[in-house]
Amino acid sequence: MDQYKKNKQKSIICWVFAFALAIFYLIVSFMPFIFMVLNSFKEKFEMLTKGVFNLPDSLNFANYTEVLTGGFSKYFMNSVIVLTISLLLLLFIAACASYPLARFKFKLANPIYAGIVACMSIPVHITLIPVFKMSRATGLYDSIWALIGPYIAFAVPISVFILTSFMKEIPREIEESAEIDGCGKIQMFFSVILPLAKPGLATLAIYNGVNMWNEFSFAYTLTQSSENRTLPLAIWEFQGQYSMNTPMIMAVLTLTLLPMIVMFIIFQDKLVKGMTAGAVKG
Amino acid sequence: MGGKEISLEKLRQRDTRRVAALFLAPVAILMAIYVIYPIIDTFITSTYQWNGISAGKKFIGIGNWKTLLADSSFWIAFRNNLVIMVLSICIQIPIGLALATFLDFGGKKLTVFKVIWFIPLLMSSVAIGFLFTYALATNGGLVSTISGWFGGGNVDLLGNPKTALLTVIMVICWQFTPFYMVYFMAAFTNIPYDVFEAARIDGATRGQYFWKIAFPLLVPSMKSAAILSMVGSLKYFDLIYVMTGGGPGTSTELMATYMYKQSFSTFNMGYGSAVAGGMFILISMVSLITMKLLNGKEEA
Repeated sequence: MDQYKKNKQKSIICWVFAFALAIFYLIVSFMPFIFMVLNSFKEKFEMLTKGVFNLPDSLNFANYTEVLTGGFSKYFMNSVIVLTISLLLLLFIAACASYPLARFKFKLANPIYAGIVACMSIPVHITLIPVFKMSRATGLYDSIWALIGPYIAFAVPISVFILTSFMKEIPREIEESAEIDGCGKIQMFFSVILPLAKPGLATLAIYNGVNMWNEFSFAYTLTQSSENRTLPLAIWEFQGQYSMNTPMIMAVLTLTLLPMIVMFIIFQDKLVKGMTAGAVKG
Repeated sequence: MGGKEISLEKLRQRDTRRVAALFLAPVAILMAIYVIYPIIDTFITSTYQWNGISAGKKFIGIGNWKTLLADSSFWIAFRNNLVIMVLSICIQIPIGLALATFLDFGGKKLTVFKVIWFIPLLMSSVAIGFLFTYALATNGGLVSTISGWFGGGNVDLLGNPKTALLTVIMVICWQFTPFYMVYFMAAFTNIPYDVFEAARIDGATRGQYFWKIAFPLLVPSMKSAAILSMVGSLKYFDLIYVMTGGGPGTSTELMATYMYKQSFSTFNMGYGSAVAGGMFILISMVSLITMKLLNGKEEA
């Protein structure tokens, strides 16, 4: 009994200690966001004269209206267009490639799979100059269309990796019964494999969607004029315009985070699972 | 009979190969254009002296590579990458594991913690870079304000070459620790509930369960987390480019930021290509060695 009591006491002390640390980390995680949102409602000099943590004098949306009327929607639309096209194409061609790699038996299947997966650790920067040259040569430079190719290409390795292992899990029997009904290999893909791979495709859509939405290197290199830039660069452009106006920048940052927060509230667990898809195999 | 069967089998194989080629073609073409050709082209460009725009391209052989080998800025950048890599692994993975353990032991009641801890991961690196540039500003920044409460003066963490790299690493950890938290939470759910139950029936405390049972079962996940963190750290770019641009001096310079500045700020694309090539070679080497080491241990 004594031993039990002792253990109980020890366990309570441990929990108190753990909670203290957890709350400390909570503050560390959340403080920057409080800083961001609080100050986004302030006026230009209010922040400097009254301190960072003071509540704003009034809930003043002037910063937000100025940002929203100052071209923010253009960046937002560019991001939406690039994301939609890249994601749809990526999912289709990654599914196409994964199908033979997962379901067919042929000698080159393993080397091809290994080759594609090995591309995962290739840094974007080794391709930056040649892709920049290519986009200039083809006239795509400084348009959102220049981004689609590189976005898809760099998302292919991880997507094929995940989809192939996903498609391998589909039971053979389903395929066999379809085969008996006279279903060819191409038809099999569209009417059997692709519908069954939907959960895998959803995970990939989230994982790659978040990455493409936040992508910076290519967007920064391949576009130049502000009307052709995507959301991550909006911050850059606004910073150039309002560099001394911290509250304005905070409003921009809050607005760029907002779509992700909305997605997080709607899809919580799916989003969490999707964003770690690259690490958790299959 | 036999001969016919063989040819039927062969026909089928040929059919399989044809369909496979058809399905793999889009990916193959895309990878050839956007990954394989650029890698080759980068190495070719690295043998020229070229500003990237004008036609005046001068072949200089391995000149750029000789410069690169002797370029202390590049090696400082590589060292900074390694520092980020080591500290990222040493900070993010233990904290991520601790947070995941806390959430796993606490159950559903702690969802609030999970949700708030996760939010940094929702923000793009660029946005985080800007947010912290302002939050760490000497005047009216977050850290300066807090230091003021305790009687300290303004602190300039990013402007001081001694603290800049460490500060940036802290921001990186702030961003990515939730990733490892979620990652380890998934690993925890992969441990069958029976294992936990059996341990409890045998009278193990939660601490004993964690150290003696869960921890060893999580080692493989920790290894892949370390590989992931490693590859990521060597490629790091956005956040540092936004926050410090590699400065002050070369104190936070990374291979990627150095490459970018050489190529697109000073328009020295020939040399920039050599830097990119060097970066590619170093990353491939470090990745190969680490994977060999980690897999080798697994077999032993």
